[in-house]
Amino acid sequence: MNGEELTEQETALYDRQIRVWGADAQRRLSKSHILVYGMKGTVAEFCKNIVLAGVGSVTLMDDHAVTDSALSANFLILPDENLSHGKTLAEACCDSLKEFNPMVHVSVEKGDISTFGVEFFEKFDAVVISCCSLAKKKLINQKCRKLPKRISFYTVDCRGSCGEIFVDLKNYKYSKKKLEETIECQLEYPSFEDAIAAPWKALPKRVSKLYFGMRVIEQFEDIEGRNAGQTSIADLPGVLKLRKELCETNSVNESQVPDALLERLLIGTSEFPPVCAVIGGILGQEVIKAISGKGDPLKNFFFFDAMDGKGLIEDISKPRHS
Amino acid sequence: MASEEQISAIKRAKVLMVGAGGIGCELLKTLALSGFQDIHIIDMDTIEVSNLNRQFLFRQSHVGQSKAKVARDAVLRFRPKISITPYHANVKESRFNVDFFKEFDVVLNGLDNLDARRHVNRLCLAADVPLVESGTTGFLGQVTVHLKGKTECYECQPKPAPKTYPVCTITSTPSKFIHCIVWAKDLLFAKLFGDKNQENDLNVRSSDTGNSSEHSADVFEYRKDEDIEQYGRRIYDHVFGHNIEVALSNEETWKNRNKPRPIYSKDVLPVKMTEKNGDTEKDCATGDVSVMAFLSLKNPQDIWSLAENSRVFLEALRLFFSKRLKDIGNLTFDKDDQLAVEFVTAAANIRASSFGIPLHSLFEAKGIAGNIVHAVATTNAIIAGLIVIEAIKVLKKDNNNYRMTYCLEHPSRKLLLMPVEPYEPNKSCYVCSETPLSLEVNTHHSKLRDFVEKIVKGKLGMNFPVIMQGASILYEVGEDLEEDMVAIYAANLEKAFSELPSSVISGTVLTVEDLQQEFSCSINIKHREEFDEEKEPDGMVLCGWVEAPVDKDNNKPIGNGESTSNALPSEEKDVEIQEMSGGTETVTGKKRKLSEVDESKKQKKPEKLDVDDEDDELVISDDWESLAKKNRV
Repeated sequence: MNGEELTEQETALYDRQIRVWGADAQRRLSKSHILVYGMKGTVAEFCKNIVLAGVGSVTLMDDHAVTDSALSANFLILPDENLSHGKTLAEACCDSLKEFNPMVHVSVEKGDISTFGVEFFEKFDAVVISCCSLAKKKLINQKCRKLPKRISFYTVDCRGSCGEIFVDLKNYKYSKKKLEETIECQLEYPSFEDAIAAPWKALPKRVSKLYFGMRVIEQFEDIEGRNAGQTSIADLPGVLKLRKELCETNSVNESQVPDALLERLLIGTSEFPPVCAVIGGILGQEVIKAISGKGDPLKNFFFFDAMDGKGLIEDISKPRHS
Repeated sequence: MASEEQISAIKRAKVLMVGAGGIGCELLKTLALSGFQDIHIIDMDTIEVSNLNRQFLFRQSHVGQSKAKVARDAVLRFRPKISITPYHANVKESRFNVDFFKEFDVVLNGLDNLDARRHVNRLCLAADVPLVESGTTGFLGQVTVHLKGKTECYECQPKPAPKTYPVCTITSTPSKFIHCIVWAKDLLFAKLFGDKNQENDLNVRSSDTGNSSEHSADVFEYRKDEDIEQYGRRIYDHVFGHNIEVALSNEETWKNRNKPRPIYSKDVLPVKMTEKNGDTEKDCATGDVSVMAFLSLKNPQDIWSLAENSRVFLEALRLFFSKRLKDIGNLTFDKDDQLAVEFVTAAANIRASSFGIPLHSLFEAKGIAGNIVHAVATTNAIIAGLIVIEAIKVLKKDNNNYRMTYCLEHPSRKLLLMPVEPYEPNKSCYVCSETPLSLEVNTHHSKLRDFVEKIVKGKLGMNFPVIMQGASILYEVGEDLEEDMVAIYAANLEKAFSELPSSVISGTVLTVEDLQQEFSCSINIKHREEFDEEKEPDGMVLCGWVEAPVDKDNNKPIGNGESTSNALPSEEKDVEIQEMSGGTETVTGKKRKLSEVDESKKQKKPEKLDVDDEDDELVISDDWESLAKKNRV
């Protein structure tokens, strides 16, 4: 896109969505750069959404080789041996994504993201990571927060019929329509590390149990030195033991993290495509809002459980006190 | 993650998708990934450029091709071994009859119009096949599940009817921009470029000729060898000048209204245009004839001045006559016809200017005139995921867990995705509960034809009706009818009710059926002498017919532009949460949540649900008047 005006091609292609968020927002999208790490099904959905939306560029990171299990929930990877042979997940997805919108620059970055310095992240407006351990999430979040530039940071994870999104927009100023007026708003977000440090007892009573369930599994993987998602039902005894300890430490009842939920999260290491579509859609909308600076962003966790069908927002942060 | 039972139920399932557009593409992809192996998909449309921002299975190179077929090819690329059967056809075709629908385990709708949805609803009821309905508009969406006898059918709840305007508002007293658009599109454009034999409310007589006879010249007739610009100015002056002056002469009309001002071309564009612009003619990027390109009005989001609108008006007229002469006389407005959109925008704006109504950009005018539904990929993806989740519950016969799910733009009690238990069928629903209706009509004046068009096909949504009184057939549509019957039916159409072979008078009961939909309805006739011309323009009133109050949102497009997202809670205020106890009276009669009905039949759930017992079951109040509020740009 050259200059400030949308081209005739863009106006024709984006007509229906410009009617939703306006030409200004569309222009801002076309100048944005998104980094995406961890190319599983949910992230594939997310990438499809933002490429269609017309962001400036998408940089993909995932050096895992293409395997059969990767094909199960990821429609960007074609089973044709010739097309995917010898490619990494990111490379295989890259080709498909380009097709959705030739105006978006899609590329692959290789390497261990934990070793990249702060300057690497500076070129991005939004960073989305998936399939990351607790340590990696904290690390990348911190690097993004170190920069003077405001980078929108997101983690996303789906386990079986459950999905979680975390949002950190640092100090975020945006506009929204209230009645017939446009008003300016501001929100302050905690980092991932700070958010999850919030004592469980201090959280509102009706906080989604999925929040606790994910934290228990996350801690378990951390303690056991596992990669993200590397659990099975055989781990249940160990997980239940950890839950007991965490609940005691936090002075909450163990019923806050039901057995059945933990079982589901342990078993559900593969993704369930309908949940990928839902979570990928919500995440896509969030990133579009943050880039365009329009509309109330989600603060700061989103949970979806196909079992009860609720998609809810939880505001998890340390209570304000000295 | 899924149980063996679930996996095999999915593998065995035969699924019908109706619609391969915004929701359809997302749905087909998610079904394929979820393990479905036998999918049929019906869609009559071909691919357009404006689809490509969200219908991601399609590419630029596919424009013009069948959506159903291209969608299938695209999905087979990542799931080569499954079976997808596309039908490039209208779901209303007779081959998609009850027997066809009976073959499927579940039907999934991804449609964009009320008509087709009602049709599919009736076929699913007749075939006793579960239906999962859905719709999206911008950031809003919903998914609903319909099982015959167990839940409401799609028509149990009133669906908003498309908004229409009184004729005099359009012809004489517009107060909103949309009135000007309707005038420009359905009157002026139709008069100039459409079928000459169609009735048109535009005043065509000019008093300039001083001739008061009935045969005075039709101002709109293009005179042979007339200079095109002169013709254009003549039309301009007649509709924006003369007609306004005529309207002003009626003092009564303007007692409580702002008076319009007449506008004449010589005052707005004093200089002849062909001298100004030279002869270079440029087409727009798509190769279509376009005034904007010619006049260098590049940005469709700009609001043109009165002078610019006038220039566009005259130039568009000229281009129609010079480059598209053969089209004139058979055109209907098409939002993808660039020149038509330019003309209608300009005409509407000039009229708006005359009446002191704010002018609008081409972008906005096109949206209104074309009933364009704004749409994004993300909402469709979310809804598709929710549809598949419900479809799987249907296959597992998971009766206690069906949910209607609403996708909100602003959270309500922390929820962006709000599941609600379905209601039991509405006992007053004339579709699934066979409640009789009644019709108030002047049986001496109203003809059978009006009844067929406006009531049977229009309001009741039947396509191939049979109308009977007792055993006598008054009218039917069919392929193997004998010639003499066809003649009788044709004659019947032109008769007033009371003049029909078996006279239809007050107290008569008519039976109306659509054999394809296997849907039958009784209508009690009640004679009434007078009808209000403004409020009851059809001269017939159907009662017992569950119709929503007309939308009060001023900017809603007219015609058959329907929001595909229906029945949502009001976005402006908090959703009214009501705990529904059994037997609570509501607007449409007694409704109870399915769980209350099934209390006695509740099965032990195989898995322990992590349901917080203290959670309220959220229930949407019957605030059907508030539609999805468009996200204003």
